[in-house]
Amino acid sequence: MRRPGGAFQRTVIARFLLKRLALAAITLVVLSMIVFAAAQLLPGDIGRNVLGPFASPADVIKFNHEHGVDRPIVSQYWTWVSHFVRGDLGTSLQYTGVPVANLLGPSLVNSLKLAALAFVLVVPLSIFGGTVAALRRNKLTDRVITIAGLSLTSIPEFVTAIVLIVIFGVVLKWLPVSATAPPGAGVLTQIKFLLLPSLALVAVLFGYIARITRAGVIEAIDADYTRTAFLKGLSTRRVLFRHVLRNSLLPTIAVVATQTGYLIGGLLVIEKLFNYNGIGQRIYVAATNKDFTMLQSGVLIVGMVYLAATLVADLLYSLFNPRIRFGGAE
Amino acid sequence: MTTLDAPVPGPAPTFTRSEASLARRETLGQLMRSKTFLVGAIVVLFWAFWAIVGAHLTPQDPLNQSSDVLKSFSSAHWFGTDQLGRDVLSRVLAGASATLQVAPLATLFGIVGGTTVGLISGYFLGFVDDVISRIVDAVLALPLIVIAVTALVALGSSRVTLIVVIGVVFTPIVSRTVRAAVLGERELEYVQAAKLRGERAPYVMFVEILPNVMGPIIVEATVRLGYAIFAVAGLTFLGFGVQPPSPDWSLQIADNYQLLNAGTYEWTVLFPGLAIASLIVGVNLVADGLQQVLDR
Repeated sequence: MRRPGGAFQRTVIARFLLKRLALAAITLVVLSMIVFAAAQLLPGDIGRNVLGPFASPADVIKFNHEHGVDRPIVSQYWTWVSHFVRGDLGTSLQYTGVPVANLLGPSLVNSLKLAALAFVLVVPLSIFGGTVAALRRNKLTDRVITIAGLSLTSIPEFVTAIVLIVIFGVVLKWLPVSATAPPGAGVLTQIKFLLLPSLALVAVLFGYIARITRAGVIEAIDADYTRTAFLKGLSTRRVLFRHVLRNSLLPTIAVVATQTGYLIGGLLVIEKLFNYNGIGQRIYVAATNKDFTMLQSGVLIVGMVYLAATLVADLLYSLFNPRIRFGGAE
Repeated sequence: MTTLDAPVPGPAPTFTRSEASLARRETLGQLMRSKTFLVGAIVVLFWAFWAIVGAHLTPQDPLNQSSDVLKSFSSAHWFGTDQLGRDVLSRVLAGASATLQVAPLATLFGIVGGTTVGLISGYFLGFVDDVISRIVDAVLALPLIVIAVTALVALGSSRVTLIVVIGVVFTPIVSRTVRAAVLGERELEYVQAAKLRGERAPYVMFVEILPNVMGPIIVEATVRLGYAIFAVAGLTFLGFGVQPPSPDWSLQIADNYQLLNAGTYEWTVLFPGLAIASLIVGVNLVADGLQQVLDR
């Protein structure tokens, strides 16, 4: 590979990433405001909601004062954000006195496990599917992969999950219907329990990633450099791996990374269906119980994971894409 | 302003109109030849028909309870019965109506909102566009379902709030598409001409540019409709969407899925699930067919 001007190249990448980082930071601030504003919309007196209808008015006022919810909005926002930055997410209103971080932390880890398994399965599968579809463009194979992928992507994950449970859990009895492995279970057992929910996620993600891969491969096949490579007399396999896939996987990388972030929060439905203690389940329970400290921190974390994933996508993109690496695209 | 009012050549408007109607007929003809579009349309019309006639034509009353609880398939109950002895076939047939009321209206809301925001953002660019883009980015950083759950808890769940919440969440997504389309149009001669004529910004946006970006907007609308059904289904499953005793498909699944832990009773959830799947696939086939014809 050519490596002209390492230092120049690094500054270009650094500038590109700094710009993205600044944009993400602004987005994060706007996001925190939106989340905070949304949490303020939760109706009613917070102290009254938590303590119940039989608590004395004095207790309610005391509760509200202790939790700071009787102070002006701007000061409440500032307290929340400045504590959040230091890792102090406050205490849960539903589980009185328990730090939110202690509840959200393990749930986030659980969600990441589920998401990781889904990704390990879906990425190779959809890249393979997308590439095959592109190579058989407009033939039957392509139509089948494209339409099946599109359909699976658009069917709600709990519907796919139900069908999978009925097939593998109820009829064939190969896999457990619940997602939570018994405590202290080994890695393999955990994977076995997570297989059904992650397959449902695979179904949702496959079509999208495969479609992007297909479009990228088609563009690369039609490009001049591919024709040149063929005309040089290279074998199909070599052209495919060294020229076509290398270029066409760029948009795929970006999509995979952004989907990671989406997935973490999108797990709400799957986690409820499989009764799995992830961050989606936490947000759902917090929302139904009006536990707004938990809710706003949980939602903000989901947003942060998404933004972090987008940044990773940008980083990978700029590392792999010579057009950005050499300062062509800005 | 008036100095540019040169006489318009007579036949030109009628010529463009007949050309436009010809193009429209051509598009329609292409749609009718697209198998993808036709299959999708038939599926969607099937469910739309059942949504309209509802309980009037179903074999039994979808809300009628009986003592035949959790019976498997039989000639009396082709799809079996649920926990309350209700006929699953009748409930599946009647199950589309709430979704098909909410989803199209939510889509319409999102399309109108997103088109307006996208036109403004893409037409003015600069500061307005920067501010709108940051807000759009922030909203897009959250999964739809997370925003919707939070909003529905805050506002209380009803069909109207469901429509508004999904519509509001769709607005930034649609605005992206519309903005991109507007960027492709704003430097073209007819826009410049309208500006030089002294037309005001709303006129240029809605009368000049809008008709020329309708293709992408129509495609976006069908795609969004699929997502709206997806969203209504997910929210209903979580308990924030359509409320009982509606025979809605997602409600049926939410009510019965825990029975699967017993290792049987799969008919109570399988048929409503397949019904949702068929409706969404139908909508997507329509979207795909439209896209192939319009996006060229």
